[in-house]
Amino acid sequence: MADLLEVSALTKRFGGLVAVNNISFSVREKEILSVIGPNGAGKSTLFKLISSFLRPTSGEVRLKGERISDLAPHIAARKGVVRTFQETTIFKNMSVRDNVIIAHHLRSTASLLGFFLGTGTAKADEAAFGASADEILALLGLSSLAGEIARNLPHGHLRALGIAIGLATSPSILLLDEPFAGMNHDETMRMVAMVRRLRERGLTILLVEHDMPAVMKISDRIVVLNFGQKIAEGTPAEIQNNDKVIEAYLGSEDEAIGL
Amino acid sequence: MTRSVKIAPVAAFLAIVFIAVPVLISASGRIDLYYTLTSVALLSIASAGVWLTFYIGRINIGQGAYALMGGYVSAILVVTYGWSFWLTLPVAGLFCAAASVLIGLPILRLRGVYFAMVTLVLTEVARLLALALPITNGAKGMVSIPLPGALTILGLTIIPDFATLHNSRLAFYLLAVALMLVCFAVVYRLVHSRVGKLCQSLQQNEDLASSIGVNIAYLRVIAYAVSSFFGGVAGAIFAAISQSIYPSSFTVTDSVNFMLNCFLGGLGYVFGPMLGTLVLYFGWDLLFQTGRFQLLIYSTLMIVLMLFLPNGLLSLAATTRKKG
Repeated sequence: MADLLEVSALTKRFGGLVAVNNISFSVREKEILSVIGPNGAGKSTLFKLISSFLRPTSGEVRLKGERISDLAPHIAARKGVVRTFQETTIFKNMSVRDNVIIAHHLRSTASLLGFFLGTGTAKADEAAFGASADEILALLGLSSLAGEIARNLPHGHLRALGIAIGLATSPSILLLDEPFAGMNHDETMRMVAMVRRLRERGLTILLVEHDMPAVMKISDRIVVLNFGQKIAEGTPAEIQNNDKVIEAYLGSEDEAIGL
Repeated sequence: MTRSVKIAPVAAFLAIVFIAVPVLISASGRIDLYYTLTSVALLSIASAGVWLTFYIGRINIGQGAYALMGGYVSAILVVTYGWSFWLTLPVAGLFCAAASVLIGLPILRLRGVYFAMVTLVLTEVARLLALALPITNGAKGMVSIPLPGALTILGLTIIPDFATLHNSRLAFYLLAVALMLVCFAVVYRLVHSRVGKLCQSLQQNEDLASSIGVNIAYLRVIAYAVSSFFGGVAGAIFAAISQSIYPSSFTVTDSVNFMLNCFLGGLGYVFGPMLGTLVLYFGWDLLFQTGRFQLLIYSTLMIVLMLFLPNGLLSLAATTRKKG
C-alpha cells in the first residue's frame, strides 16, 4: 500500500524544550495508525503539527507528496487532513444535525454571497449537505438525536458527534485526538467498532491515544513516543514485546500497558 | 415555509412606522417626535452593526468611530467637494467598511476583553483624528452642511430636494426608517442563511470552525466590514440631519450605548438592537424628570435588567410564546 502521509524529521521546540524531536514515520492508505506514549511524550504536539495547528521548527509533513506544514489549519483541512479534538469540541448551541451540516463547508460550491442571496447553487449545496449529514448521523448511530442541541448530549455521543463533524469534511486522513478518553469499557468497544467501520469505508485514520487495550485492538501499526522521540514502531504484537516500550511505560510511569 | 407566516407581523410593522406614526404625530402636533424617532432608527442601524460583531463572538465598543468617520466622509464630500448627499451615503458606508478591513485584519485576532479594549480605544482615536486632521476642520467641526438635494435617476426625481420640502423632518424620518428596514432585512437574511450558521460556528468555537475548513479570518473581516458599513451610513445621515458634525458628535459613550442597545434587546435576536435602542432612548428621556438622579436610576435599572434578563427583553416574548 502507498504512503498517504509522511512525517519526516519533524521537530518542534518551545524555547529550550524540545517537545517533538526528529520524528519520522509514514501512514499508509486505509491504515489505522496509533501514536502512543506516556504523559508529556509529545503526542499532542505531534498531533497539532500534523494538523497544521502548529508550525514545526524543522522537518515537514507531506500529504500525497505535497508539503502541508506551514499551511493555515483551514487550508490543511481543504487538502484533506482533518482533526477531531481531545476535549469534546463541538458547536455547543447548534443542533446535532446543524453541527454536521455546517461541517460540510469544504464541499460548498456557492460563495458566501450566493448563500446570502439564496441562489440555485446555494440551494443545491444545502440540500446535498442535509442529505449527507443524515447519512453520516445514521452511520454513527446519532440519527435519533439529530434535533437535539449538541450541549445536551451525553459524553459518548459527543465524541461520536466530533467524529461526524470530521467525516463531513470528507477528509483523506482523519486525525482522532484521544477518541477513547473518559469512556467506559462498553463505550470504548462501540467506538472501536465505529472507527473500524470508518476504515472499511476507505478512510485512513491516525489516532493519538492513552487507552492501551483499545489501541492494541484497533491499530494496524503503532508508533511509540517518549520524551519527544520515537522509541518504537510496529504492529501491536511487536510493540507489546518491545523492551524500550515496556521500560518507558513500566520504568518511569506506573501505567498499565494492557498485557 | 415560515415566510408566509411572517408576512403579517412585517405588514403590521410597516403600517405602524409608515402610516400610524406620521398620522398620530400630525394629529398630536408633536413634530419634535420625528426627530426623536429618526434618531432611534439611525442609532438602531449602528447597533445592528454592533450586534453583527457580537454574532461572530466579538465585543465591539468601537462603533462610534465608524459613525463619526461616516459622518465626516459624507460632510466633507458634500461641503468641500460639492457631491450629492445621496452619493456620499453609500460612499461613507464603503469608506468605513474599507477602513474596518484594514483595522480589523490585525485586531480581529484578539478575543474577548482584549478586542473590546482595542475597539474602545478606536472611538477615542477617531475623535482625536477628527480634531487633528486639516480636512476635518478641527474642533470647529463641519457646519452648515446643506440639506440633501434631489435624487434623480434618468431624469426621474425619486426623492425631492429636502430644502424645498415643507416638512423635512418627516422626510428624514421616512429615510431613516426605510434604511433601518433595509439594514435589518439584510441582517435577518444573513442570520437565516448558511452564512449565519458559519458566523455562529465562529462564535461557538473558532478552532473547530478552522478545522472544518472555514476561513475564520476572512469571515470575521467580512462581518466586521458589514458592521462598520452600517455605522458609517448611520453617521452620514446624522450629519445630514443636524447639518453639522463635530469631533464630539460620537464619543465613547455612544459606542457603549450601541453595545448596551444590543444587550438590552437581546443578543440572540435579530431585532434585539432595534427594540433595545427604542427602549433605551425613550427610557433615558423619561428619566430626565428625575434630574440629578437620572444616571443613577438609569444605571441601576440596566444592572437589574442584565441580572434578571441576561438574554434581553426579547427573551420575555420568546418564553411567553413557548408557554402559551
